[in-house]
Amino acid sequence: MDSGLGWWGVPIAVLGGALRVSTPFLFVSLGECLTEKSGRINLGLEGVLVMGAMSGYAISYTTGNPWLGVLAAGFAGLLLGVLHALVCNLPRVNDIAVGIGLMLFGTGVAFFLGKPYVQPKAPTLPAIPLGGWSDSPQIQAALQINVLFVLGLALALLLHWAFRNTRWGMVVRMAGDSADAAKAMGYSVSGIRLAATAGGSFLAGIGGAFLSLYYPGSWNEGLSSGQGLMAVALVIFARWRPLACFWAALLFGGAAALGPALQSVGITSGYYLFNATPYVLTLAIMVVTCSPKRTLSGAPGELSVTR
Amino acid sequence: MNNDSFRSSRRQMLKAMSAAGLATGLGLPAMRAGAADKLVVGVIYVGPKDDYGYSQAQAQAAAAIKKMPGVTVIEQEKVAETTDVQKVMASMIEEDGASLVFPTSFGYFDPHMIKMAEKYPKVRFAHCGGLWTEGKHPKNTASYFGYIDECQFLNGVVAAHATKSKKLGFIAAKPIPQVMRNINAFTLGAQSVKPEITTQVIFTGDWLLPVKEAEAANSLIDQGVDVMTMHVDSPKVIVETCERRGIYVCGYHADQSALAPKGYLTGAEWNWLTPYTEHVKAAMAGKPLDNFLRGGLKEGFVKPSAYGKAVSEAARKQADGVKASMVKGEYVIFKGPLKDNTGKVVIPAGSAHKQTDLALEQMNYLVAGVIGKA
Repeated sequence: MDSGLGWWGVPIAVLGGALRVSTPFLFVSLGECLTEKSGRINLGLEGVLVMGAMSGYAISYTTGNPWLGVLAAGFAGLLLGVLHALVCNLPRVNDIAVGIGLMLFGTGVAFFLGKPYVQPKAPTLPAIPLGGWSDSPQIQAALQINVLFVLGLALALLLHWAFRNTRWGMVVRMAGDSADAAKAMGYSVSGIRLAATAGGSFLAGIGGAFLSLYYPGSWNEGLSSGQGLMAVALVIFARWRPLACFWAALLFGGAAALGPALQSVGITSGYYLFNATPYVLTLAIMVVTCSPKRTLSGAPGELSVTR
Repeated sequence: MNNDSFRSSRRQMLKAMSAAGLATGLGLPAMRAGAADKLVVGVIYVGPKDDYGYSQAQAQAAAAIKKMPGVTVIEQEKVAETTDVQKVMASMIEEDGASLVFPTSFGYFDPHMIKMAEKYPKVRFAHCGGLWTEGKHPKNTASYFGYIDECQFLNGVVAAHATKSKKLGFIAAKPIPQVMRNINAFTLGAQSVKPEITTQVIFTGDWLLPVKEAEAANSLIDQGVDVMTMHVDSPKVIVETCERRGIYVCGYHADQSALAPKGYLTGAEWNWLTPYTEHVKAAMAGKPLDNFLRGGLKEGFVKPSAYGKAVSEAARKQADGVKASMVKGEYVIFKGPLKDNTGKVVIPAGSAHKQTDLALEQMNYLVAGVIGKA
């Protein structure tokens, strides 16, 4: 009689939620990871995410091709990233303050330009059904994987490998750990940071396109609700390691699904608390791993928070 | 402080400018003294006004009163339920000369609108959904609201005919009386057809949280829910998620049938034009403000969406029958004996709460058959 899953619904919802909700976290945190490895913090990625979501949706709606939307979102992000980098390249400019400015600017511009796109329905990205082996429609739905998620995973692996094994990976890390060393080697530190910030923002913009073009799949001013900011915190939690960013993004995605999943099986008391799980998780991990005796392990030496 | 001096200097400048305008004959003719044939109306929304939701329903009414002769409408969207709304109201009154203001969101009422009403006693304030009380709230404030639970009851009737699993889903923002009343009416409507039906509720915690709403919809569908409805600001994401997962959905606030051509059964829609027109006419005629304006299907404050393709003949017939009885003012949704979902009797046998009963506007329980806790 019962077509529901009962208690099994919770782990499946958390798994499905992890796969669905994590992608924007993943892209933004990989982007931020790249930027911070070069020695600069871009707190403006929340604004970039929202701007990406808006431009992706708008372009998908006007051209009818969601992939063009993804590309447009990336380039919208890139522009904002270049803006951040250029301002920060000026002497005595604080990158955190510029980041906060960029966050407000990005969301403001996106809300302003996005007005006509709240109502229309844009074509969204397709999903790859990986749950065909199961008869359960719930499992099939949970295992609907978007190409961008796969791309994000590949990107995490690529960054992980590239930071260790390629020339440009080393150069980015050197600019982040010691600007003097990079200068002594004849590299332009501001040029490297410009490229890293622009690249990072490109990725964050794509994360935004995932929000508006796949899940939840509609443009609206409450779309991000702070996910860009959480993803920035997630980088610290992942200790600036791309692969750890991937796991952390999954964890945060799963945590976001926990509140609704528990309510759906009838655990209804304290749902505000369950809804706060991702934030509690962040705080708990920060408290456990912080020590007053040393700086965070793995932190690039040039970051203005660690200096 | 700073803000006030800024505002008054701006006001003085505007006065000087309009005086200069009059002197040169370029300004508006001095119609303000007559007040009867010109009216500036300010409308404030909490969200974007084309969101397929709460604000869109209000904006449709605002767009319609714009066409009334002599009426100028000024609007502002996305105003937070904080002191922001006080600033917006003040600037609409001082700079645009609004003498009738519609602050449309629930949280604008207390303390924001009350404060402004005390500061500007000559301006009329008409709030959507607040519980205006004689003696407690200023005379120049008013509250209008519709008995949309009647439409949610009809949603429930139609949903009961469509469900196979006998599990309905309800995604709600916050546990306030209006939301509880809708959840209960939806459930009672469904139970009037099949008494064994249950409604699973998920509270998301705020009015606009698209990702959480999508997650909530997916979890409910995973639990076997096959008809969903909601009370959030913008139902777009939920309606689209239901359509994608192939279940039925009943809309809320506005008509969302375009978003779910296969699964949209019917919906509970506002028709705010009725109270808006009444307030505007009263203001223009100089009649006293109707402080407490309520109405349901009968008065034309609410209306159901047109039935979708998936609605069976039997469902249409039964829902139309209940609707006709509601329009006549005969149908009572909340009547005893009624128990809440903890087993406590909330309405004893033999007593009934008509729609106008104020006890219903303080509802703090979920009826038996609702799975969830506020």
